[in-house]
Amino acid sequence: MLYAVLCYNDENAVATWTKEEDDAVMARLGKVEDAMKAKGKLGPVARLLPTTSATTLRKNSGEPLIIDGPFAETKEQFLGFYTVDCDSLDEAIQFAKDLAVANPGLGSYEIRPVAVFHPSELG
Amino acid sequence: MVDNAWIAAALVAARPQALSALLRYFRDLDTAEEAFQEASLRAIRTWPDKGPPRDTVAWLIFVGRNCGIDAIRKVRNNVALPSEERLSDTGDTEADVVERLDGSHYRDDILRLLFVCCHPDLPANQQIALALRIVAGLPLRQIARAFLVSETAMEQRITRAKARISANPVPFDPPDADDRLQRLGVVAMMLYLVFNEGYSRGHSDPDAAQLCDEAIRLSRLLLRLFPTEPEIMGLLALMLLQHARNGARTGDEGQIVLLEDQDRSLWDGPMLAEGRALVEKALRHQAPGTYQVQAAIAAQHARAKQAADTDWGAIDRLYQTLEMLQPSPVVTLNRAVAVSKAYGPMAALALVTPLGDRLDGYFHYHGVRGGLLLQLGDKHGAREAFNRAIALASSPAEAAHIRLHLDRLGTLPALPPATMAK
Repeated sequence: MLYAVLCYNDENAVATWTKEEDDAVMARLGKVEDAMKAKGKLGPVARLLPTTSATTLRKNSGEPLIIDGPFAETKEQFLGFYTVDCDSLDEAIQFAKDLAVANPGLGSYEIRPVAVFHPSELG
Repeated sequence: MVDNAWIAAALVAARPQALSALLRYFRDLDTAEEAFQEASLRAIRTWPDKGPPRDTVAWLIFVGRNCGIDAIRKVRNNVALPSEERLSDTGDTEADVVERLDGSHYRDDILRLLFVCCHPDLPANQQIALALRIVAGLPLRQIARAFLVSETAMEQRITRAKARISANPVPFDPPDADDRLQRLGVVAMMLYLVFNEGYSRGHSDPDAAQLCDEAIRLSRLLLRLFPTEPEIMGLLALMLLQHARNGARTGDEGQIVLLEDQDRSLWDGPMLAEGRALVEKALRHQAPGTYQVQAAIAAQHARAKQAADTDWGAIDRLYQTLEMLQPSPVVTLNRAVAVSKAYGPMAALALVTPLGDRLDGYFHYHGVRGGLLLQLGDKHGAREAFNRAIALASSPAEAAHIRLHLDRLGTLPALPPATMAK
């Protein structure tokens, strides 16, 4: 089963990491990724820029509305995702646990089964 | 799983929000700072065992407020207490605090805290020092190092600044829309000053680079508070696009490496991407401002894979827009550099020459002029201009950079007069 592991954290807190702290976190997360990759179970991975750089297209009736944002009223923002091919939910949860250990920040990891998947052509 | 480094980072992140709420409550900067300090100490003591609270900012405000009230009670006999009305919002419960934080109310709190640091009675360098100390929470030692003064001198500077502020305080009433916009403009300029202080000294100096990091961090905060303000997008974009080049601005021996000579693989990719995304977003608003246009110019450089790909015509047009928004001989001088690349040194010199009266004491004026004269084959004029520039250089690196031109001049064959494009 293909799962998306969606990472939510307070981007405000993440933004206070120094370059060295950020690099250290990325290196630790890289090891968790590598373990999954070695088993041939790792799909596309992305880290997103802060929500302040985002634009939202909202479609109602009529011309779609282009707005700045999302304006996160919530404490945590969607900051990135992994796709992993796991034999069981337990395995996907274990992967998320490993990510949580590697990342000193708080936050949450949403483990969400994937319905449709088009492999990337971007490499 | 909460180590102390993480708690420290969480406290830094929470500081502007928590401190500004405490300032609203106590209406006194020192009391608010001490209350925040005490709350932070309690966080360091209790979070490792109990785990961090769900909402760190609300926790710090709540605990800080209690600490502050305790402290005021302790000195009650010695010092006149602020009246109960001045300790406003006494009706706030913890739940209310959390609600305020989730709403947009605290936007005005943080803006006020930043605005307090931009008090018109304060000279720019005191504004910057105060913002770094109070809002960013940098240790005195570090600010002193960044400004190349002793810790004692910096402490005095900050104490004096605080005294001036309390002599003529910023009103605590919620600002109206006009006030808010005006405050935002003043705060944006102060943050850009912080950035520039770091950037102009920048290069490989880690203390100066820290100023850039703090300015970026506070600008991010400002943009989160005002996510639809194109000029704040522009401000953050401008900082990101400039700071992204930091690793390439200095050579191995500390010499200045010009934009066109920089190794672009050393530029910070994600930072450039964020900056470019913000510029594009901002320009969609069709409300151009000086930060946006400057950021758009920086974005033009960022998108060129190599120096030769730079669209100098587009940069010239952006500088023309900037000249309209903010007429200044320095802007025209910068435009002249773009013009020289797009249309040749003659056209550029025509722009530069009339600036002589106003920019005669300006290092870059003579540097640019010397470069243009050199391109036109006027060795004598170039040498004169470069010598003037060296005399005006504000750093050894600047002087060394011009000296390099002079050295090269010495080895160039003199052009026969016939080809002098005069």
